[in-house]
Amino acid sequence: MGEYQTHEHDVLVIGAGGAGLRAAIEAAAAGVSVGLVCKSLLGKAHTVMAEGGLAAALANVDERDSWKIHFADTMRGGQYLNNSRMAELHAKEAPACVHELESWGALFDRTHDGRILQRNFGGHAYPRLAHVGDRTGLEMIRTLQDHGIHQGIDVHMECTIVDLLKEGDRVVGAFGYDRERGRFRVFKAKAIVLATGGIGRAFKITSNSWEYTGDGHSLAYHAGADLMDMEFIQFHPTGMVWPPSVRGILVTEGVRGEGGVLKNSKGERFMFSDIPDNYKKSTSDTPEEGWRYVMGDKNARRPPELLTRDHVARCIRREVREGRGSPHGGVYLDISWIKEHFPNATEHIKKKLPSMYHQFMQLANIDITREPMEVGPTTHYVMGGVRVEGDTQMSTVPGLFAAGECAAGLHGANRLGGNSLSDLLVFGKRAGASAAKFAKEHGAGKLDPLAVDTAAMKALEPMHRDAGENPYLIQQDLQEMMQAKVGIVRQELELHEAVGEIAKLQARADKASAYGNREYNPGWHTALDLKCLLTVSEISARAALERKESRGAHTREDFPDKVDEWGKYNLVVRRGKDGEMVVEKAPVMPLRDDLKKVVEENK
Amino acid sequence: MGRVNFKIWRGDATGEFKEYATEITEGLVVLDAVHQIQAESANDLACRWNCKAGKCGSCGAEVNGHPRLMCMTRMNDVLAETPPGAAVTIRPMQAFKPMRDLVVDVSWNFEAKKKIKPFKPRKPDAADGTWRMAQTDVDRVQEFRKCIECFLCQNVCHVLRDHRKHDEFIGPRLLVYAAALEMHPLDVEDRTTDLKDAHGIGYCNITKCCTKVCPEHITITDNAIIPLKERVVDKHYDPVGSLWRWFHSPEKPSDGAVK
Repeated sequence: MGEYQTHEHDVLVIGAGGAGLRAAIEAAAAGVSVGLVCKSLLGKAHTVMAEGGLAAALANVDERDSWKIHFADTMRGGQYLNNSRMAELHAKEAPACVHELESWGALFDRTHDGRILQRNFGGHAYPRLAHVGDRTGLEMIRTLQDHGIHQGIDVHMECTIVDLLKEGDRVVGAFGYDRERGRFRVFKAKAIVLATGGIGRAFKITSNSWEYTGDGHSLAYHAGADLMDMEFIQFHPTGMVWPPSVRGILVTEGVRGEGGVLKNSKGERFMFSDIPDNYKKSTSDTPEEGWRYVMGDKNARRPPELLTRDHVARCIRREVREGRGSPHGGVYLDISWIKEHFPNATEHIKKKLPSMYHQFMQLANIDITREPMEVGPTTHYVMGGVRVEGDTQMSTVPGLFAAGECAAGLHGANRLGGNSLSDLLVFGKRAGASAAKFAKEHGAGKLDPLAVDTAAMKALEPMHRDAGENPYLIQQDLQEMMQAKVGIVRQELELHEAVGEIAKLQARADKASAYGNREYNPGWHTALDLKCLLTVSEISARAALERKESRGAHTREDFPDKVDEWGKYNLVVRRGKDGEMVVEKAPVMPLRDDLKKVVEENK
Repeated sequence: MGRVNFKIWRGDATGEFKEYATEITEGLVVLDAVHQIQAESANDLACRWNCKAGKCGSCGAEVNGHPRLMCMTRMNDVLAETPPGAAVTIRPMQAFKPMRDLVVDVSWNFEAKKKIKPFKPRKPDAADGTWRMAQTDVDRVQEFRKCIECFLCQNVCHVLRDHRKHDEFIGPRLLVYAAALEMHPLDVEDRTTDLKDAHGIGYCNITKCCTKVCPEHITITDNAIIPLKERVVDKHYDPVGSLWRWFHSPEKPSDGAVK
C-alpha cells in the first residue's frame, strides 16, 4: 500500500448535515472515538436549506394530536410502502428529539403560554411542525454543530469519500481525498454511518446544492448493499421559476401553511378541483373553510393547497401544460391576499417568512407581501435510499449504517413536509447508537492494501487523461436528460431511453479529464462525482421502469392508476455477482396488528 | 446584457488577476457568472458554494471590492456600479489566508468558536423536562441565530483584516455567537470575564463595518456587541457593582476592579 494520511476511528460518520451530526453526537456519547467527514465546511450542509419545520406530535397547538395520528399521516402520505417500524419509531421518538434539541440551545417560535409553537403543513392532520420562522434547518444544524464541537468528535472538513473499504462482507474503512490539497486520506473504522443526503444534482431543476450527488447511495451500492424505493423522487411543488438562474430554489411549504394559495392564470384556486378520495374527508371544499383552518379553527378542514407534495406538484404541472400557467411556466402562489383578513399582514408575513421575503426581494424583485410569487415543481428529495433495519439503521452490509435522506423506509412513496428534519434526529441518533454498539462488539478490520491503491489510481485517472471531455458538460447533459426522461411524469419508452443514455454518459465520463493541479480543483471533483451521479441515476431509472403504476411521487403516464398488487412491494436494487444492476421486488413490511388498528382508526 | 468581462483572482497569495468573459443574461447572480466561467473556460477555478440561496454562507467574496455573498448579488446591480469598459473584479476575502482562487482558509473561525463556553441551560421549568419561554425573549436572540457564518463581518473587521489580531480577538461573528448564548433565555453560563480577557471584546471600537456587510441584516454592533461590552463594564469596571458583589458573593471575584 502506498503512503497515505491515515485516520483511525471506532465510528466514521460520512456527512455532517442533521443526520450525520446527530449520529456523531450519539456515537461519541456512547464512549467510542468518532470521525465526522463532510464535503463542505461544518454547518454548511443541505440541512441549512430546510425551511418549514420539524414534525413532531407535541400536541402543543392542538391537544388532539398524538404519535398515532402522526404515524397514520406518515403512512397515508407514503401510500403504505413505508417501513412501518420506522414510521412508528419516528412518530414516537420525534417529540423527545425536539426537546433534546431545545436542551442544546435551539430556540423555536413559541405559543402564547411559552411552549414550542407548531404550524400546519401538507398531509399533517394537526399543526405539527416546530419551527423558527422559515429557517428551521439552520437552527437545527447550528444547534447540533455548536453542541457537537464540544463532544470530542474529530471533524474532517472538505473531504470527499470515494470508496468504502471492505474485509469480506464487512465494511472496515473508507477512502477519500481532502478538497483543499487534494491529498488522499484513508479512514479505518469499525463501523460507518452514511448520512450523505440525496441525489438532487442528477436533475436540472433542483432545490439541492452541488453536494447532493448521491454519494452515500452510490458508496453503499458499490459496497454491495441493497437500495430501496429509488423510483420515488419528490418534486417539491413550489420552487422559484424566474429569473432562470434561480429556477428550482425552494419556496417553503410554510407559505401555504401560513395561508398562501395557489392560483392559475385565470385566477382560479385550481387545487379545489382535484382532491384525491383518501383526502376528501379531511380537506375543505370552500376557501372560507380553508382560511378558518389556517386561523386555527379546529372544526375546519385543511385547504387543498396543503395536500401532499406529489399531488400538488402534479396539479401544478397540469395547469401549466393545459395553458393556464404563469408567464414563466409556473403558477401563482399568493400570500399577500391575507391582507384581506389581517390589518398587519405585511409585518406578519415578514415575521413568519423572513427568508422567503428576502429571497424574492433580492433575486426576483418581487415583494411577496404585495404580489404573488411564480412557482413550479423542483427536484427536492429522494424517498429511496439504503435499505436499513428499522431499529438499528444497519444496511444489508455488516458495519454499514445509514440515516436521513440517504436511507430508505420512513417515507415510502412520498414524504410529508416536516418529516425530514425529524427523520434526521430520530434516525441519526439511532444510527449513531447502533454504530457505536457495533464498534464495541467488533474489533478493527484489516484494510486491503490493493483495494486502497486501486481506489487511489482510479481517483487520479481524470488528472492523467489529456484532452478528455469537460466533466461539467457531461454533468449538464445528464441533468437535462434526467429532467426530461426520469422527471415528474414518466413513461416506458423514455425510461428505456434514459437507461441507454446513462450508459453513453458513463462511457463519456470514463474519458473525462481534469486539468490543473490537485489543490481545490472543482473540475477534478466534478469528474469524480460523476460516478455517483450516474450510479444513482441508473438505479432510479431502472426502478422507475419496473414499477408499472402511479403511486406517490412516481407517476407513469402509461400506467396512470394505482395498482393494488404493486402496493405489496418495494423495489430493491443491488449489484449482482457480475457487477450487473439487479432490480427485484421485495414484500412490503407487514403492518403489526396494533399498527393496523391505528391506521384504520385514522383513515 | 451581453458578454461581460471579469477579472478573477487565481492562485494563492502570490497569485494574480486573470481575465475571463462570459454571457450574462437577465436575472443572473455573480455566482452564476463564476459557474459559467468554471464550466466554459476554467474548470479548475476554485470557489465555495452550497445552497445558492443565501442560506449557507459559503460563497462570500469581494466583488468590485465589496464583500458580498456571490449568490445573492445580482449581475445587473454589479454592472450598474462597474465603470463602462471596466471588468468586474472578484477576489477572495482578504482577512484570511488565501488558499486557492476564491477559497480562503477560514478554519480559524471554527477553532476560535470552540473556546467560547457552550450553552448551559437552567433547570427545566416543567415536570416533563421542558421549558417555557416568551416569544419576545426568543425574538431578541433569534436575530443573532439568523447568522449563516459567511464570515463577511470577520473579513471587514479592521482588528482582524488590518491588525491581524486573530489570537487576541474573536471578531464580530463570534461576538454575535457569544451574545446569542449570553442573552439566551435559558442560559446560565457567565462569559463576561472571557469576553474581556480571552475574547478581546475591548478591541472593537464600534465602527460598525461588520453591520454594514451582514447579508442577514443582523444589527451586530448595536444589538450584540454593545450590550456585551456593557455587561463587561458592569462586571469589571463598575466599582460600586464590584464592591456589592464582593460582599454578597459566596465566592469572591477572582479578578475585576476590586482585588
